[in-house]
Amino acid sequence: MELSTLSLKELSDALREKTVSARELTGAFLERINRFNPELNAFVTVAEEEALAAADEADRRLARGEGVTPLTGIPVAVADTICTKGIKTTCASRILENFIPPYDATAVSRLKEAGAVIIAKTNTDEFGAGTTTGYSAFGPARNPWDKDREPGGDGGAAAVAAGLVPLAVSFDSGGSLRRAAAFCGVTGLKPAYGSVSRYGLAALAPSLEQIGPLARQVDDLALLYQVLAGPDPLDATSLPAAGPGRDGAEVTGPAAGSKGLRIGLPREYFAGEQLQAAVKERVLAAAGILAEKGGEQVDLTLPSTGYALAAHILLAAAEASSSLARYDGVRYGYRSPEATDIDLLYKKTRTEGFGSEAKRRILLGTLVLSAECYNDYYLNAQKVRALVIREFKEAFTKCDLILTPVTPGAPGRAGGERSPLLQYQDEYYTAGANLAGLAGLSLPCGLVDGLPVGVQLLAPAGREGLLFWAARILEEATGRLSPPSFQE
Amino acid sequence: MNLEKEKVKHLAELARLELGEEEAAEFSRQLSEVLAYAGKVREAPVAGMEPVIHLLSLANVFREDEVEPSLPREEALANAPHREEGFFRVPRILEEN
Repeated sequence: MELSTLSLKELSDALREKTVSARELTGAFLERINRFNPELNAFVTVAEEEALAAADEADRRLARGEGVTPLTGIPVAVADTICTKGIKTTCASRILENFIPPYDATAVSRLKEAGAVIIAKTNTDEFGAGTTTGYSAFGPARNPWDKDREPGGDGGAAAVAAGLVPLAVSFDSGGSLRRAAAFCGVTGLKPAYGSVSRYGLAALAPSLEQIGPLARQVDDLALLYQVLAGPDPLDATSLPAAGPGRDGAEVTGPAAGSKGLRIGLPREYFAGEQLQAAVKERVLAAAGILAEKGGEQVDLTLPSTGYALAAHILLAAAEASSSLARYDGVRYGYRSPEATDIDLLYKKTRTEGFGSEAKRRILLGTLVLSAECYNDYYLNAQKVRALVIREFKEAFTKCDLILTPVTPGAPGRAGGERSPLLQYQDEYYTAGANLAGLAGLSLPCGLVDGLPVGVQLLAPAGREGLLFWAARILEEATGRLSPPSFQE
Repeated sequence: MNLEKEKVKHLAELARLELGEEEAAEFSRQLSEVLAYAGKVREAPVAGMEPVIHLLSLANVFREDEVEPSLPREEALANAPHREEGFFRVPRILEEN
């Protein structure tokens, strides 16, 4: 049985029917990780011992038949910015190279309660600041479709695509999860802000980021999301148990009595010169598929889209400079051996511990928050954010979901020298959802020159279920993608 | 906005980072380019818009005021780069006398 290509339901059934034990399943994925990870560098840490112990516990649960969920005994990889008790959590940074969290992030406790097996910690840019994993202190991850290409800013998508894990949990502050899903040919969801607790996620841009699931197919993505989502007293920005925004876990179609799905196509997302014709064609073909199923395409305009990316750059930097201020060499993490006085303790520790992109964001953020620039840059960016929120809100009175590209082209060459501005501009299509707190689902819509590209579906908080519903239709029509060289 | 090298060094000082001359020059070049682009927020049609303070309209998120177990001292100190007798140890902060 080729376990690496089975769906979550198939794996879960096999475990319940005892055709395979959780220990065997975890062992099989560990084998694939050991065999293929050296060429992909999708993981920072592989938690072999902890994973096998968790698998044994899952086997006991399965034997008793008590508290068994669809995730019981299923290996899951977790981004290395998300705290795992007793398992090293480096944030892909030298400054946390040896950090072993004394607690679990809420997302991780929810996985463990469901009986999932945390098998490995995935590579990312340092603290998630970047779009290609090129800023990981432990070397970039590679794209399983072409190892000379970047995978997007998230090793979890590469790991899921290559079948090294069936599922991964990652995070998205400007589009890294969604872009990586598109570039690796898997599905990924950035839930609406507040849907999934951020407790235990190392903060980079707290008002923009969300933890979300990655999977090879939509049904698995929906199941994993249902485990992650829910209120959390440990995160004051998590949505309450009841009320708007909290009904998005179940897969549901357009509201009863409606004429069908209204698919919004914002002009600004299809107009730019940077959007490659082949990508545009596949994304519009996806809109056509949805429309054929009794839907209707709606022409939209979101005039502040260009300003949105500018605001995102400034706000992400401002929040990063504040979030990363806590790394001072006192309570945890790296401390420079040259820290002979208190000033040098901070300076040497931070200078030696942070990589170039973290420093760049700290400097930019310090600038935009300074008295001199606060009004012109920070405050105007927050006003642009208000405008973006208003425009999306108006748009969602005319349509049920918005359909856009995820990236302007296929994944670029790994290690390519691109300016920081060009890298920030990678998030042109994805940053809006972070600014407005929307749910954004990324799924494959075809290949361009043998490399996967994706389509993005956006919906307001609480409508994640509609995204899954629409994504399923697209998945049925276009089929799933699998990188050729990682099959047995 | 052009971000001069000297200004970059000043920001680094505020953020407790040390930069070499070349590094400061490179950041100055890169960040000037970023600011030239991102500076367009100043021309955005935002008259009358209130800046976003919170994304969610949640107010006063309180929990019950109950005593619960917290992280034991040993675990809280376990990741400390330098500790002594149950405390974080840092270089001397106050001068003698």
